[in-house]
Amino acid sequence: MTMQRRTLLALALFTGLTAPSMALAADDTIKIGLLATFEGPFTVLGEDSERGAMTAVAEMNGMVAGKKIEIVKGSSDASPDSAVRAARKLVEQDGVKVLVGPLSGDEGIAVKDYAKTQPDVTFINGTSAAQDTTLRDPAENFFRFSTDGAQWMAGLGTYAFTEKGYKKVATVAEDYSFPYTQVFGFMAEFCKAGGHVPSKSWVPIGNKDFSSVIAAIPEDVDAIYVALGGADAVNFLTQYQQGGGSAPLIGGSITVDQTVLTSKGKLRDVLKGTPSAGPTADTNDAPAWKAFVEAYKKQPGAFPSPSLFAHGYYVDMKATLLGLDQVGGDVSDGGKKLRDALSKLSFDTPTGKVSLDKNRNAIADIFLTEVTEGADGTLLNKLVKVVPQVNQTLGIPEDEFMKLGAVNRDNPSCP
Amino acid sequence: MTRGQAWGLVGLLAAAVMAWPVFAVWPDWLNAILISKKAFVSAILNGITLAGLYFLVASGFTLIFGLMRNVNLAHGSLYLLGAYIGYEVTNRTGNWLFGVVAGFVALAIVGVAMQVFVFRRLEGDDLRQTLVSIGISIVAADLMLAVWAGGTYQIATPEWLDGALTLPIITAVRSNGASVFLTYPLYRLVVLAAAIVIGVGLWLMLHRTRVGMMIRAGVDDRAMLQASGVNVHAVFAIVFAVGAGLAGFAGVVGGSALSVAPGEDVRYLLASLVVVIVGGMGSITGAAIGALLIGLAEQIGLVYFPTYGIVLTFVIMVVTLALRPQGIMGKAR
Repeated sequence: MTMQRRTLLALALFTGLTAPSMALAADDTIKIGLLATFEGPFTVLGEDSERGAMTAVAEMNGMVAGKKIEIVKGSSDASPDSAVRAARKLVEQDGVKVLVGPLSGDEGIAVKDYAKTQPDVTFINGTSAAQDTTLRDPAENFFRFSTDGAQWMAGLGTYAFTEKGYKKVATVAEDYSFPYTQVFGFMAEFCKAGGHVPSKSWVPIGNKDFSSVIAAIPEDVDAIYVALGGADAVNFLTQYQQGGGSAPLIGGSITVDQTVLTSKGKLRDVLKGTPSAGPTADTNDAPAWKAFVEAYKKQPGAFPSPSLFAHGYYVDMKATLLGLDQVGGDVSDGGKKLRDALSKLSFDTPTGKVSLDKNRNAIADIFLTEVTEGADGTLLNKLVKVVPQVNQTLGIPEDEFMKLGAVNRDNPSCP
Repeated sequence: MTRGQAWGLVGLLAAAVMAWPVFAVWPDWLNAILISKKAFVSAILNGITLAGLYFLVASGFTLIFGLMRNVNLAHGSLYLLGAYIGYEVTNRTGNWLFGVVAGFVALAIVGVAMQVFVFRRLEGDDLRQTLVSIGISIVAADLMLAVWAGGTYQIATPEWLDGALTLPIITAVRSNGASVFLTYPLYRLVVLAAAIVIGVGLWLMLHRTRVGMMIRAGVDDRAMLQASGVNVHAVFAIVFAVGAGLAGFAGVVGGSALSVAPGEDVRYLLASLVVVIVGGMGSITGAAIGALLIGLAEQIGLVYFPTYGIVLTFVIMVVTLALRPQGIMGKAR
């Protein structure tokens, strides 16, 4: 009995403590949830994504449609359940009506499924880039102004085959939806051009010891395609260098991103000259990009150049704010007006024009890059070529594209 | 033939069966099944060196548990803190060995402080000690995130530990008859050697010294040891210093082989928990056997069935718990 009374008392106290914070959301502020990986193997990525999102907020001087922007942060660790937990907390406890995030591929799919249960809340993606977040079974209230992982690879497969002359490539990638999507994007072009991928290694996310994986890569490949992120990429590259690896590398979008290029250690040597593709290029000369870099650098702890994550969260946060501005910050109708505005939104980002397709997935420019050493010794992604306005089906007619099947470990295949 | 001889023969046969795939040149059908000899032998070697690292962390964990019945769930934090301290010292002094020593000494001090200021106050209250150690690990993880941020650090190993060693193991024969030998990173072999030396050293300390005798007596019956006039608190402090110091040492050594990043604390805590559960709580030999099993399972799983590799580790744990709940070398209580 005493136990029960105590529990009840604790519950009452807890409710008393949390309830006011919900009721106090005043009319002159607008709450936006920001969901990113502030813990786990993608911590650095999450920290930079916040800088990107805050750059967009700072551009509007922290105000939208006359209301003050209040950012409520939610943290996940790159696992889908943690992302849903954080999203639930933001939506159901903090009462946000607009949520920007998540960061990682599987998280995106999980949050999309959660979005279906919360039709009055508007979800705008962060940088999660799995294909099926928007391509198959999309949610009406989930928007992605950043492109997906297959789109990011536009141009790379052809470049590796024709310019670099690689005929046989092995892949090493993490075992979840985003790297599947990246490998798909790369192989779609590479296999079509006539290349072969005899071996694909899928490693669990957060793996530390890659030496066994490296040993299992066939010795007769021309290059290794690596789609690993954050700490995983650093570990792989270091151990590849330690093991005396000599085959050249091809990078997935986040493998040669600033989050990895700025790491300390000997991995720098194996990275130079690595071709890759993604939604950004560090040496982009466009004035809009340069202005964005300057704005980004005002954020505390910024990298020499914004990472893909800063860029993605910037674009998605910017779209959110533009949408909110159009509807006067009014989401009292369950966000219907906001979602209408977002679906029609088309705007110029630091990396060119972005608009949405019918599945609410972005069509945008993609940059083919190569890693070079900058004047001050920092590693940068040099712009090689811009592939304009890539859509989610990579320029292939939709019905044909859908026939290629859902991305997974074994699809596509060209051994 | 006596029973002993028969077992000896079986042992020899087993050794021969194990040695054959390592030294013989593989026929094609075997290569086809196991990807390649290089992949297989590397996985075995990696498993053994990883086991060395796990042993370093888990031996401290098991020692502390065996003596004090204290499941120190902050043990992973000790590993991570040691790694960060090792990184800082190596970076500032430019000498890797200083980093290793600093990692051990600093964490030994932290360990003693934890024992004296926290765990001694909760003596005899196992559950509260465990809960407090969870609390410490959470606070420590956030403090370390505040100081060192979320980045991935690589502790620079000295030149003389860099590079790869050519082992007398033939992985393949080229068409011109030349043999291809297996190369293996030198540093990893050094980690393994260090683990073996420390393992033997711990065993000698436990079985050949007076302090070791006291520790063993304490493991068996703490009250009796206290009654016979031994200052158990001093013994506890020594054990905590050695256990925490080893975790710090492993942090620097492991941080040089792999890398240092937030989240490592939980990973190594989980690894040492599994190792100790499989090997038997409180036994150094058990920790070595457990580490070997888990290290090999992890690496072989990673190469041959990466998606379900992690399951293998827990299958071993479940089977052990089902057949021998006290662990392979654990004593039934």
